[in-house]
Amino acid sequence: MSDTRFYDSATATPFATDGDGFTLHEDDQRAMLNERAHYEQPQAVCIEALKIVQKRHGWVPDGAIAAIADTLGIGPGDVEGVATFYNLIFRQPVGRNVILLCDSSSCFLTGFEELNDALSERLGIEFGQTTPDDRFTLLPTCCLGACDRGPALMINDDTFGPIAPDDLDELLEAYP
Amino acid sequence: MTAIPANSRLRYHSQLRQSADERREDTHPLTWRLRNDGERIGLDEYRQKNGYEGARKALELAPSDVIDAMKTANVRGRGGGGFSAGVKWSLTQVGDNLPRGYLVCNADEMEPGTFKDRLLLEQQPHLLIEGMIIAGYANRSKYGYIFLRGEYVDAARAVALAIEEAREAGLLGADVAGSGFDFDIALHTGAGRYICGEETALINSLEGKRANPRAKPPFPGQAGAWGKPTVVNNVETLCNAPAVMQHGADWYQALSGTLSNDGGTKLYGVSGLVQRPGLWELPIGTSGWDIMERAGGMREGHTLKTWLPGGGSTGFLLPEHLELPLDFDTIGQYGSRLGTGLIAVVSQQQSLVALLRNLEQFFARESCGWCTPCRDGLSWVAKLLQAIEHGEGQPGDIELLQEHAKNLGPGLTFCAHAPGAAMPLESAIRHFRADFEAGIAASHKVVGDKEVS
Repeated sequence: MSDTRFYDSATATPFATDGDGFTLHEDDQRAMLNERAHYEQPQAVCIEALKIVQKRHGWVPDGAIAAIADTLGIGPGDVEGVATFYNLIFRQPVGRNVILLCDSSSCFLTGFEELNDALSERLGIEFGQTTPDDRFTLLPTCCLGACDRGPALMINDDTFGPIAPDDLDELLEAYP
Repeated sequence: MTAIPANSRLRYHSQLRQSADERREDTHPLTWRLRNDGERIGLDEYRQKNGYEGARKALELAPSDVIDAMKTANVRGRGGGGFSAGVKWSLTQVGDNLPRGYLVCNADEMEPGTFKDRLLLEQQPHLLIEGMIIAGYANRSKYGYIFLRGEYVDAARAVALAIEEAREAGLLGADVAGSGFDFDIALHTGAGRYICGEETALINSLEGKRANPRAKPPFPGQAGAWGKPTVVNNVETLCNAPAVMQHGADWYQALSGTLSNDGGTKLYGVSGLVQRPGLWELPIGTSGWDIMERAGGMREGHTLKTWLPGGGSTGFLLPEHLELPLDFDTIGQYGSRLGTGLIAVVSQQQSLVALLRNLEQFFARESCGWCTPCRDGLSWVAKLLQAIEHGEGQPGDIELLQEHAKNLGPGLTFCAHAPGAAMPLESAIRHFRADFEAGIAASHKVVGDKEVS
């Protein structure tokens, strides 16, 4: 091990983490403590910790805030403040698949509005909503850095572009 | 259900428009190693192509000599600021009694219309790591962070693998490449929010806080992450350091020839309704026409109305400005900024008011809310534009927008977010006032000095 580490997770003792009926998965807690090794202060792990919870549960329930705070030894207010600031941390349940549709200028110039209309019509939802069968949540996103092939979107971890309204059948079919 | 295959036309892959035969080591320092198949370049291949030679040379010099080389080469901040990287490094507080600080790579590429860092991160992460070793050594940094936007999933994978490879090869960690210098790098991925790209907001986000910018001074070079001296550089800026160290500052400065006083090359690009949108590595100071020609000009049935030279926070320019060299000083003289150097073109058929409304809605949404002019002013601007777009603007709205553009300008808000939003607003009205006048409600049209209905 190099001497550039800040913290040794192997010898760390996790705190108890029950709150609001939420129990942090042991592996998730371990993953958070592993992240701790990269930073001078524990709060720096906060965003990653929220992402770890979200990866398992799909979103971040209230109970997770206290559990993360306990694990990192920081105040729950600090975790909550962060959880409500970042748009990729979901504080309410989302569908099985999250569509991030780029609404920034280059996609706007290449057909964002038509694509947005087609998606909304097909799914029967607007930005910020989830389909009744919990299959898709539709969200706007900042420029995805795919401007040479706009309009672009992401579904979960996959990036697509350019997407014409006619491509939606093929695309959405792949995400049950 | 059928999963979308990796080679489906629907999937986005970052790609350079220049093939391997068009790129050479002595003219394309950022991209000459890239493969035609777009696959990530691993450590072995990177080393076979002279990788880590620049870092090796730098580690043999005194840190101050590395900084001098960067200053002489005149590598200017490629994230859009245009500040000399060498000068930035020379302003970092270093001393035997001071704690060693941090080097942070700003890989939070979210500027509307910008898609250049993605290419370097996905396909050549070792070039960035090498650049970070050089920068870390020059600034006596203890540790480096790559602050990567959360949506760049493929880049995260590529960078994490490269860090692992470099660590195993002894290029990161204790005693980097046998030089006695200790330095390691961690990948830190974000969770959205454009404001994270502002360097002090980025530091707050790195510390696990809300991404509100910090007051300057103190500048990050004096007191940044956890109060330690911190250098924040863009991906492309850091990727220029290895070639500067390997071939020398004079060679680098000469890459742009007589085109520009700035040194080196730039990843330029075009998006919008052109025939072949894409990315090219060209000498800095290449003209907009040259780049537009490479992009094949406008798509059939479209003519160029206006363009943004380098992102949503730069000012609109006219077609005649395409003849200008795209460098920081020149574009700055025309009421705009070079920004990231990735052009977005606007067709005559595009409503400019609608585009500006889209831009200002973006800036309003992405305001962190910390200071009042930005938080309240930008949503007011977006509302006014929405009304004008629908022909419901009121007399005086254009003047009000101009007043906002002034009040959101440099020095009046906490950070550069609002001034960035003010630039396209001010320039759009200056160049295309008639477009806005057309959206003032007919019932209030003023004829002479009388309002008629």
